[in-house]
Amino acid sequence: MSVAIAVLAYALGLLIGIVGALVKLEGSVLSRSIMNGYTTLVRAVPELILILILYYAGTATLNQLLEGAGFSAMAINGFAAAVLVLGFVQGAYSTEVLRAAIQAIPLGQIEAAKAYGMSPWLMFRRVTLPAMLPYAIPGLANLWLIVTKDTALIAVVGYTELALATRQAAGNTKMYFTFFLSAGLIYLIITLVSQRMFGILESHVRRGQRRLT
Amino acid sequence: MSLKTLRLIAKTFVVFVLSAILIGLLYWLFAASRWDWLVKYFPLLLRGLWLTVLLWVFSCVLGFILAVPIGLVQVTGPTWLAGIARGFCTVIRGTPLLLQVWLIYYGFGSLFPQIAQYYPAFRQDFMWLIRLDAFWYALFAFTLSFAGYEGEIMRGAFLGVPRGELEAARAFGMSPWKALIRVWLPRAVRLVLPTLAGEVVLQLKSTPLAMTVTVMDLTGVVRNRITQDTYIVYEPLMLLAVIYMCLTFVAVWAFGAVERMVPQKR
Repeated sequence: MSVAIAVLAYALGLLIGIVGALVKLEGSVLSRSIMNGYTTLVRAVPELILILILYYAGTATLNQLLEGAGFSAMAINGFAAAVLVLGFVQGAYSTEVLRAAIQAIPLGQIEAAKAYGMSPWLMFRRVTLPAMLPYAIPGLANLWLIVTKDTALIAVVGYTELALATRQAAGNTKMYFTFFLSAGLIYLIITLVSQRMFGILESHVRRGQRRLT
Repeated sequence: MSLKTLRLIAKTFVVFVLSAILIGLLYWLFAASRWDWLVKYFPLLLRGLWLTVLLWVFSCVLGFILAVPIGLVQVTGPTWLAGIARGFCTVIRGTPLLLQVWLIYYGFGSLFPQIAQYYPAFRQDFMWLIRLDAFWYALFAFTLSFAGYEGEIMRGAFLGVPRGELEAARAFGMSPWKALIRVWLPRAVRLVLPTLAGEVVLQLKSTPLAMTVTVMDLTGVVRNRITQDTYIVYEPLMLLAVIYMCLTFVAVWAFGAVERMVPQKR
């Protein structure tokens, strides 16, 4: 359950991040300032409080809107809410990572692509994307590790995922150490496995680059 | 329809939706929101703020003190010590902080009454009060967490100090200890100052987790007292967000000032 939340939230965050980074780099003044406000706000407020605000305020507003539109209020799926909230938070962070990565590409490469007469989409696919990935992968790997651990925060609003299930099990059986340690082990294994996979991915996108000493 | 009209329509739509949201927020802020609870709970909020700041500052300072040896042994220490330090960092960084806090509070917290069953004297001394207060468990957990993250960073910082400077210090006849205090540590700290600022802000943003183990910090006051007493949900949360943002900016500004005070030659 935790893994599913993490994967979906990460994907949503990445989507927001790509759009946000492009908007921040090439958008109009209005859209740029909107994105700036979004990233600053989300990154300055603790995740726990954002989750509380978005979880309660978001579901309540949605229900009010639905009632206002003449539908009956519906119970919000805890899973969907968790994914949306975490994705919203992740989006702000990945916007910054991707923006920095795109800005790290030497300008000459993009100008060369333009000089070849590539269309914007072809340029993005052939030049921008492959050139920015080496810069973006470490940051994105960090974000993935953060989101897997942030899923534990969803426990605070009462959605049963790994952390809350552990606490309930530990409370019932009074075997605190057993359950908390084994849950910690699960998180640790997820982290270590994904670290290894991101390492492989990074060496793949870095192929042909000079090795840093 | 050309692309230009489409874009114009999309832009108008976005502006329309955003202004609707803004007007709704402003209306809510000025007409529909309630702030009368603020007077009654102000002293409590102030105490919560004090606890939050205490947790934040002490966990950062203690964690940093712990992080220096953790980073150092990974660079120069014997293999087994370096292995322990690296394992500690991996475990701390690989598990959620929430889980660590719960493990320490519920796990160790449940251990003490069991000990007291067998040794009644254990319950008598004044330390018993400290053992019961959730604040100390939270502080302990946050300190360990900060040490774990910071130890990894300090390792990189110790490696980043140019070898020549250390050799120069040795050539001056400084003992290894003195070279560490006078050259290696200050240089390493200056190297990681920007990263340290980021970590300190992250640490501030993880202190609300103390709320889940009944610490009455800022978030704890808001969630466990105000919202439960008055059923007002959003206004206190908004206030909370603003306060944390202010604290973040204070921290960023303070670190910026220190960085400007000690300029770094590139």
